[in-house]
Amino acid sequence: MSDPSPAGETHAQLTGVTRVFPPVAGHPSVHALGPVDLDLRKGEFFAVVGPSGCGKSTLLEVLAGLQRPTAGTVTFEGKPVGNEVPDGIGVVFQEDASFPWLTVWDNAAFGLRRQGAADAEVRRRVDDALAFMGLKDFARAYPSQLSGGMRQRVCIARTLVLQPRLILLDEPFGALDAQTRLLMGDEVLRLWRRTSATVLLITHALDEAAMLSDRVGAMSARPGRFIEIIETGWPRERDSSTIVQEAAFGTITGRLWSNLRGESMKALGHSGPAAA
Amino acid sequence: MTRVGRIRLIVIVAAIAALELACRTGLIDHRIIVPPSEMVVTLVRILASGSINADIVRTLGIIAIAAAISVVLGFALGLLVHALPRVREALDPFFATYYAVPIFIFYPVLIAIFGLSLVPILLIGVATAIVAMIIATLNGLDRVPRVLTKVARVHRMGAIATAVQLQLPAAAPYLFTGVKLSVSYGFIAVIASEFILAPAGLGRDIADAYADFNNARMYALMLFLLTIATVVNTALHAFDLRWARRRGRGAP
Repeated sequence: MSDPSPAGETHAQLTGVTRVFPPVAGHPSVHALGPVDLDLRKGEFFAVVGPSGCGKSTLLEVLAGLQRPTAGTVTFEGKPVGNEVPDGIGVVFQEDASFPWLTVWDNAAFGLRRQGAADAEVRRRVDDALAFMGLKDFARAYPSQLSGGMRQRVCIARTLVLQPRLILLDEPFGALDAQTRLLMGDEVLRLWRRTSATVLLITHALDEAAMLSDRVGAMSARPGRFIEIIETGWPRERDSSTIVQEAAFGTITGRLWSNLRGESMKALGHSGPAAA
Repeated sequence: MTRVGRIRLIVIVAAIAALELACRTGLIDHRIIVPPSEMVVTLVRILASGSINADIVRTLGIIAIAAAISVVLGFALGLLVHALPRVREALDPFFATYYAVPIFIFYPVLIAIFGLSLVPILLIGVATAIVAMIIATLNGLDRVPRVLTKVARVHRMGAIATAVQLQLPAAAPYLFTGVKLSVSYGFIAVIASEFILAPAGLGRDIADAYADFNNARMYALMLFLLTIATVVNTALHAFDLRWARRRGRGAP
């Protein structure tokens, strides 16, 4: 797989997408997102950063087909995304979505079994995914016996076995400590390189976005729009230990922060020079 | 055995020994309570004679049927009420105050309608146990993590597959609490109904022994019921605890 280029093939596209949540029980409607335009290039690693409540997760869910946009269109591989998650899209959520009643192995096999895959195929793909995610020795363990980071790896393995072409990660490391987050970031990079899938990562960590991505989209405070999309220019073969030593890493992180500082102040309800 | 378990056993053995001593020394009148050892001897004699076999089958059978109906119907009603938020809002006050109402006041009415048979006892058993199962079902479904609904949509699961493969297992610990309560309430309701008025059954046997001043028999039968209830509840609790440990949480 070659590096995605600026002129790369569009894999998923959002055009003029907005999401307005209707009024509920006396509360006014909330304009959460957009209008947003975004072309995800095939095979790229795209990160979205923005202040809390700016609609990052809404963007991901609209792209996944988990929410319908109020206006605009969403396409995946040229086909419109409706009210159903299209085949080929995998989603990993911030919350622990492992199934506590199943072993790690059965968690990973869940989707494949639902698809009716043959036993041998299930075994091959699950064993492979667990080995890749470093969970081989925990195949018979239950999620309650694992750390938070390992439980997220179980969820990633469950997504991985389905061989998605577009992987959507909704702050999957949000609940983890800084060191584990760095290591998990490297694992996601390995996963991305191996699968050649397109990855969209929602994160609130600027360093994580700058380190992992080919492009980073910085969003405004609600209603979220892209203020700037930054090309990182990293080589495909990269990891956290090499990137953090690059001078450009500091430049990109600083640029993201200068974009987001005012927006984050707005999100916190501040006004004045800092938010200008 | 754990330290706590050992302490628990010591407390029980000490209490029984104290009761035995109090009865044997005359501190407690023999006409009021018989010594525990005499309860055991009488119970062994009664069981060996086979004279209460039919009553055991009848009483435990009614309890099992009442608990089974309560669990199945209570679960189904819980699912239905959970799916209808307005109905739930309307019924919530009834569920909250249900156990403040003495259900037994309806027992004579049920006898008047169905006669002195096992039907009124079964109905009282179900009426006492079913709401615990409905509440447990609602509680369990409320606690299913919302992210599982999203996971279900990612896997393109329909409503039934989502309910059976994700929501039900996620809610299972709470549902099992409902099962435990249904069995306990079923026990209480059936024995109490038989004790008040019934053509047969262990509750009726205890009432007869009480009326005949046959303390040895009465306490032996009480000991039998206590033992059965303890064994059943301990087995359910042990199963729940083992399951809870595997899932990484305490029993709800």
